[in-house]
Amino acid sequence: MIKHVAQRLCSTILLLLAVSFFTFWLMHATPGNFFDSLRLNPQISQETVARYEKLYHLNDPLLVQYTHWIINILHGEWGYSFYYNVPVTHVLGSRLCNTFILSFTSLLLTWGAGIPLGIWAALRRNQWVDRILSVFSFAAFSTPGFFLAVLVLYAASRWGVLPLGGMHSPDYDDMSLVGKIRDTALHLVIPASVLSLSAMASLQRIMRGNMLGVLRQQYILAARAKGLPERVVIYRHALRNAFNPLVTLLGYEFAALLSGAALIEIVCSWPGLGSLLLTAVRAKDVYLVMSTTVLAGVLLIIGNVLADILLTWVDPRIRYGKKSL
Amino acid sequence: MEKNHYSRTHLAFASFRRNRLGLFCLWALVILYGLAIFADFIAPYSYKDEDRDFSYCPPTAVEFLDHGHWVRPFVYHRTLTFDAMHRRVYVKDLTQKYPLHFLKEGRLFTVDAPGRFYLWGADARGRDLFSRIWYGARISLSIGLLGVAISFILGLLIGGIAGYYGGWVDSILMRLCEMFMMIPGFYLMLALRAAVPENFNSVQVYVSVVVILALIGWASLARIIRGMALSLRERDFVLAAKVLGVPDIVIIFKHILPQTISFSCATLMLTVSSYILAEAGLSVVGLGIQDPVPSWGNLLSDAMGIVPVIFAPWILLPGLFIFIAVMCFNVIGDALRDAFDPMFREAKQ
Repeated sequence: MIKHVAQRLCSTILLLLAVSFFTFWLMHATPGNFFDSLRLNPQISQETVARYEKLYHLNDPLLVQYTHWIINILHGEWGYSFYYNVPVTHVLGSRLCNTFILSFTSLLLTWGAGIPLGIWAALRRNQWVDRILSVFSFAAFSTPGFFLAVLVLYAASRWGVLPLGGMHSPDYDDMSLVGKIRDTALHLVIPASVLSLSAMASLQRIMRGNMLGVLRQQYILAARAKGLPERVVIYRHALRNAFNPLVTLLGYEFAALLSGAALIEIVCSWPGLGSLLLTAVRAKDVYLVMSTTVLAGVLLIIGNVLADILLTWVDPRIRYGKKSL
Repeated sequence: MEKNHYSRTHLAFASFRRNRLGLFCLWALVILYGLAIFADFIAPYSYKDEDRDFSYCPPTAVEFLDHGHWVRPFVYHRTLTFDAMHRRVYVKDLTQKYPLHFLKEGRLFTVDAPGRFYLWGADARGRDLFSRIWYGARISLSIGLLGVAISFILGLLIGGIAGYYGGWVDSILMRLCEMFMMIPGFYLMLALRAAVPENFNSVQVYVSVVVILALIGWASLARIIRGMALSLRERDFVLAAKVLGVPDIVIIFKHILPQTISFSCATLMLTVSSYILAEAGLSVVGLGIQDPVPSWGNLLSDAMGIVPVIFAPWILLPGLFIFIAVMCFNVIGDALRDAFDPMFREAKQ
């Protein structure tokens, strides 16, 4: 197990290097380098420019620049955001945390609602519950997330029950701890529910399919023939087997969440990684774009590795390291 | 070659033809694409025809009754005033009437010059939303198909080669795929977009958006095709071809890839819908198709602020069309998957 995780980490680190080099190359392939505008910016002194030129080896070939960028990252020096005029790490930290709050909440919502709904639909196959759920799933799956977010914001503006975008109320700093949590939670309702809706729909479909597949198996027939109560057959025999393939999905789900979160963050003005990247791309803020992209890749890898570990825990038949595959 | 039984693909399409919802969606798409192709004829105005006097003009009502008599359809002129809350309101000017002309100047319907006819309302610059939706359909509906075509060709080539040869070729190509799958799609899209020069004209932007879309999706297609190729290469007909001395490249293109195409139909449909969504996402934040040229995504970028939506809810309409198109592709994809499903199982065994 540990060996397997170590192997995965090694190969993903190589991949990360490739990805970051690719991004690096992309950012430098464009005309209109950010440093040109940096030199022309009267707010930034020539000494600073000279310092950064030296720090990032701007006059060296691309590969040398890249190597120095990597070494700097390992030293905790992630580069400088020219748009925000602070080191990249200052911006990234809080944004990462916010994206994590949003993604994690919607992951909980997605799995908390998607799985039971999938089971329910499978047990009531082709009855009206199943049909309504499948129509709903198709609709939710096909609605662009940002469009749904606008619709919900529009409705919220009509009824005025929930805050319209942002993460905190203006008087956030004066609130007590409980008040702060409550305030953030209220701001979280719209983006998190919109974000989880389409993921929930697809998860529900997949769970339904898996459950139906498992219920056709012989061991379910055997369990029923033994006279086990239906509840035990479904929740102990069928559910555990139907659930396994979903755990591998969890890693990919995470990627989709991050992607979807980006647009919804932008629409709901949630200060997360996605909206940060958009600002950075618009301003051609090289190091911010690179750091954000790489960070998103790292998050995705962490999600996948966690899903792998979780899978061995859920399904004892899977043992990494032994050549069973 | 003589055939005394139906091929799998034939059976699958026969089963698809029995799926009413799938067929309905197929026809809906045919209509949407038809309207997009004939946008020049259907739209009363060109996509950049603007009239700032009619900013956010609400949908025009077509009148059939004039003083209680049936007359040919016409519209009233409308003038801009402000209400007590200093909001824009357009009032009907009952003295000025403009009859609707049909099939005039190569347009399906139109009104004479000083009058403006906004079937579905106007945007901030007084451009006709109805016209812009159909011109936008050209972009939004074609971009998904083109993107998928490129992704599919890349996926077929790379997946086919990886699956057929296996070994180190396979592992190198699959690492390449993973590299693209490792960055969340939207982030990759933004990063790729950052590399596109800003001074591109609209055709260049269109091509670059197609390429960006193709680059984000090819990897997962390649993985699916690689999986199929891996199992197909163990089949007897491949062995037979090898024994006969058929070159590898011919085996891949003539024996392996054609088998995967029919199976990947369903996935392709779902990819088209995800590309339509991706284009909309990119355009909505202002990084896709650029303004005077409409796409369903950038038509919605106006609606991203809540204030215009409250005063002019009709600017949300393009979202409905994205929804319809994406839904149709999803339903067709699902129907195709059902149609191919029994054969899938058979192929796996």
